[in-house]
Amino acid sequence: MVLVPLAWLGDHVALPAGLTAEQLAADLVRVGLEEEAIHSTGEVTGPLVVGHVLSRSPEPQSNGKTINWCQVDVGEDAPRGIVCGAHNFEAGDHVVVALPGAVLPGGFAIAARKTYGHVSDGMICSARELGTGDDHSGIIVLSRLGLSDETTPAGLDAKPLLGIGEQVLEVNVTPDRGYCFAMRGIAREYSHATGVPFTDLGAPTPADLAPASGGFPVEVDDEPLEGVPGCDRFVALTVRGVRATEASPAWLQRRLQQAGMRPISLAVDATNYVMLDLGQPLHAYDAAGLAGPIVVRRARPGEHLETLDGVDRTLDPQDLLITDSPSGRASRVIGLAGVMGGQTSGVNDETTDLVIEAAHFDPITVARTSRRHKLSSEAAKRFERGVDPQLPRVAARRVAELLVEFGGGTIDDALTDVDRTVAPAPVALDPGLPARLVGVPYVPDEVRTTLVSLGCAVAGDFTVTPPTWRPDLQSGVDLVEEVARLRGYDAIPSVVPAAPPGRGLTRSQRVRRAVAERLVSEGLVQVLSYPFVGAEQWDAMGLAGDDPRRTAVRVANPIAEQQSFLRTDLLVSVLDTARRNVARGAADVALFEVGLVVHPVPGAPVAPQLPGGVRPSDEQLAAIAAAIPDQPRHVAGLLAGARDRTGWWGSGRVADHTDAFGLVRSVAEVVGVRVTFVAEPYPPFHPGRSAKVVGPAGQTLGHAGELHPAVVAAHDLPARTVAFELDLDGLLAAAGDDPAQATPVSTFPVAKEDVALVVDVAVPAGDVLDAVRAGAAASPAGDVLEDVRLFDVYTGEQVGAGHRSLAFSLRLRAADRTLTAAETAAVRESVVAEANRRFGATLRA
Amino acid sequence: MSTPPLSPLDPDAVAAALDEALSATAAATTLDELKAVRVAHAGDRSPLALANRAIGGLPGAEKAVAGRLVGQARGRLTQALVAREAQLEVERDARVLAEETVDVTLPVDRRPLGARHPLDTVADRIGDVFVAMGWEIAEGPEVEAEWFNFDALNHGPDHPARQMADTFFVDPPGSGLLLRTHTSPVQARSLLERELPVYVVCPGRVFRNDALDQTHTPVFHQVEGLAVDRGLTMAHLKGTLDHFARAMFGPEARTRLRPSYFPFTEPSAEMDLWFPQKKGGAGWIEWGGCGMVNPNVLRATGVDPDEYSGFAFGMGIERTLMLRNGIADMHDIVEGDVRFSEQFRAVI
Repeated sequence: MVLVPLAWLGDHVALPAGLTAEQLAADLVRVGLEEEAIHSTGEVTGPLVVGHVLSRSPEPQSNGKTINWCQVDVGEDAPRGIVCGAHNFEAGDHVVVALPGAVLPGGFAIAARKTYGHVSDGMICSARELGTGDDHSGIIVLSRLGLSDETTPAGLDAKPLLGIGEQVLEVNVTPDRGYCFAMRGIAREYSHATGVPFTDLGAPTPADLAPASGGFPVEVDDEPLEGVPGCDRFVALTVRGVRATEASPAWLQRRLQQAGMRPISLAVDATNYVMLDLGQPLHAYDAAGLAGPIVVRRARPGEHLETLDGVDRTLDPQDLLITDSPSGRASRVIGLAGVMGGQTSGVNDETTDLVIEAAHFDPITVARTSRRHKLSSEAAKRFERGVDPQLPRVAARRVAELLVEFGGGTIDDALTDVDRTVAPAPVALDPGLPARLVGVPYVPDEVRTTLVSLGCAVAGDFTVTPPTWRPDLQSGVDLVEEVARLRGYDAIPSVVPAAPPGRGLTRSQRVRRAVAERLVSEGLVQVLSYPFVGAEQWDAMGLAGDDPRRTAVRVANPIAEQQSFLRTDLLVSVLDTARRNVARGAADVALFEVGLVVHPVPGAPVAPQLPGGVRPSDEQLAAIAAAIPDQPRHVAGLLAGARDRTGWWGSGRVADHTDAFGLVRSVAEVVGVRVTFVAEPYPPFHPGRSAKVVGPAGQTLGHAGELHPAVVAAHDLPARTVAFELDLDGLLAAAGDDPAQATPVSTFPVAKEDVALVVDVAVPAGDVLDAVRAGAAASPAGDVLEDVRLFDVYTGEQVGAGHRSLAFSLRLRAADRTLTAAETAAVRESVVAEANRRFGATLRA
Repeated sequence: MSTPPLSPLDPDAVAAALDEALSATAAATTLDELKAVRVAHAGDRSPLALANRAIGGLPGAEKAVAGRLVGQARGRLTQALVAREAQLEVERDARVLAEETVDVTLPVDRRPLGARHPLDTVADRIGDVFVAMGWEIAEGPEVEAEWFNFDALNHGPDHPARQMADTFFVDPPGSGLLLRTHTSPVQARSLLERELPVYVVCPGRVFRNDALDQTHTPVFHQVEGLAVDRGLTMAHLKGTLDHFARAMFGPEARTRLRPSYFPFTEPSAEMDLWFPQKKGGAGWIEWGGCGMVNPNVLRATGVDPDEYSGFAFGMGIERTLMLRNGIADMHDIVEGDVRFSEQFRAVI
């Protein structure tokens, strides 16, 4: 994000000869500047030389084009003949010629070749062909780059003239290091990393510190935002008689390009150049179009500004503005302070006198304006991160000097400098803190010299005054990081801390793992899906318009508008995932997901906005907790197609609702809950082939069964697909925390009894089973029912229409004796009697 | 039968009958044949049985001679039949086993096997590494209050991360809720809810408004670590990370810290992992961020920064999984295609 041309960096710090971008990156990463990329300006090998065009003969061609047959002196005994398609040059111009043997970017090899009836013995190059710029409108004419003919004799190696082969390192700068958005800052860090001498070109000279007055009038209306003034420094310097719209010199244009900016004109380029060099954003106004005084003030409601990018913006009262006074004081908005200028008052073709603005703006004011208007700029990027408030005088002077050097004119002696900056606040540092926090035994002297090398003033009692370019250094720990960073993170030893004894996983965490493992052992594959859902999915699930599952938390800025809600159940995701798998050709699908669902709490309050750095009160924390929706953990699964496959072993079995019930039982019993199934129509399930899952206290824990045929069809799933969903947190609560208690295992013999009961078909088997259990428990033999299984269901003539026979196999065993025949008979009688009492059941004949 | 009855006093005739019976026994090749031999030569109507029965009608002196003669013959025949039967049974058993042989190469995928999602398994593995060090696993909500996600973590109201670009906010604007952008809010929750010292890791799902591509997903997983105790230093942070790296990536793995910036840590560091299995040769790769807990975070949770210090770290579980298990494309991790998870049936 910050482009560092190596040659430019060398203006500030003594770079070793032959330094590569790779080595520079390795040096800078140690102090926290991470390499993003390495760029190279042009990739040209072989001869690239200055050519002196001796003649240019246009030759019209049969294809309608006109080519130029040129004789070009390239410093050899005889000129070379070269064919060129461009027309933006004349005989006498000095141009750049790639000779046979040169290879241009993209592997384009130059050779003498026959074309348009001539042997073209080289190529006259454009900036684009050389990879030094975008311009391919014509070939490079060196004089237009500010390179005089005298300094560019024919045959001279052209690569250095164009910066070809120069390396540019791109580094990532963290938000606390605003000063590294300039060569000055990067060079300082390079000096920290390597110890080579650094020259601070941004340090004010005595002249920059002298009192100033009489410059272009500037007034700052201080309307602080959260106690911070929007503008605490404003320097205005006037330069007169400048050829402001001329092209900048070649070297300056090249550096701007290498640093990622487009050269425009001398006035604009000079401000950008100094910004990239020192870090001070600058603006140049056409003095003729400016009506004093300049007033810095906040926007008034309803004010507008058309910014340089051509967008008309409605301003916010928090926006800080640069205004001038053509029809009354501060009557015209000419810029968003620190962000972007307006369409008026900029440099234009007639500009000769310039007012250079170098100011210092509040980072938060600039950041908010930049975000409010979705308007990022090189200036805003720097002000948001903090600019050295002592730079404006230096930077304005540097711009003025560049203008005069390359565009003529004079700098006014008078200068405006509104300076309300306050010195950085000193930090009382405990010199032992770096050692205590970092774990390296830094001695106080080492701490002191490190901070001094950084630019801090360190008093005898370790009161540390940070330099003006480090607004991020505000507390002891900030200084600790600087000490650790400059002494090197690689000096930090590796010591495993001894944590106090832990309690292991919580019950909930253990249960979660066990449930997943159980479902895997049942043959299901775990998936994890996005929680974003929408009404279309609920429609596909057959949810009624008032289904509570449609009451969901909505994301204000979703990825996709049609999926802007957070899921309230997991089946919605599982159905989607199953559909994807089937669409990709899976014949049989068995999958499950464990995850959080989000249930809004009706009438929940808004979460209070509270400051950081202070512990909220218990009431405030309770208010936050009340605002957060319920987020229970669910588990859901789906079986589509064969549960057991058909194969050489014989025919398989299509999954049906009993498989879904079996999975529910399996999961519930891992958690430690005995669940029952109660018929209850519930989308997305088949109304007659699904059940509500009920816990021991009657609580609803989920649903399971076959999916509704319409839901199956809507998701393109195999017919009779089944599914389940359980509230895992609900299961955990139902299980309670008490450890399971064991019943002694009886070693007395088992007695088996089979009982077939005929009941009305409408009586649920589960209810009859309950009656069997109750009847056995109430028998004179006591509760000797070890196990009961429903092993047959029969309907037919033998039991009469409207009835069915349910056959149960009872295993009876007492803890303390062998059951007598009379006792087992009594159990049987008691079972039949109870079933008869409850449902009119009769023993099957 | 037309042949005359065997005389129990005729040694030659008895011997001949026995020889015939023994030959037939030896000649039987199946248990069924042997059964016929038994009926013919040892059954009630067999010559030897009839001879035996005739002994009863003999005079007393002859009775003993005949009894010995016929008894010995019948005894030898019985022995021979038993032996032959045992032999034929062995032969039959061997044949049956051979006949029952199945083709063991026939595939047995009657019920397909299940599989965990590797992200979940890796998260469990990470948790186990820290639990073994005495740490505990902390958790927090995915729909979180802005205060926990940002303010408590020293992200002021103007911090760039709070802007719409990265964060999913909960409707309506001003609800004060969002989808947590990192697992770090669990830091603040743990410090508020637990007794000091605190040593916790938090694996969990987080959300950033990024498009899904090969290396990014708007919904991903992080693991957060937090230790707050008396006397903790960056050396303890480094030691914990090195141990973690070795546990996850093998004994050669180690970490390197580079200076960086995070609002909730100071000093802050980027953490690189020395990755021996890196494609194209062992090397450093970015693994996560870390640092010493910023005193403002401790203050926000009522912990006195003059008494306690702490460190925190965080890394992406997807990235860890991709590095460790050679996964090239994030789509495979998030799309729920069972063919992806099915590759991770083994313990990770």
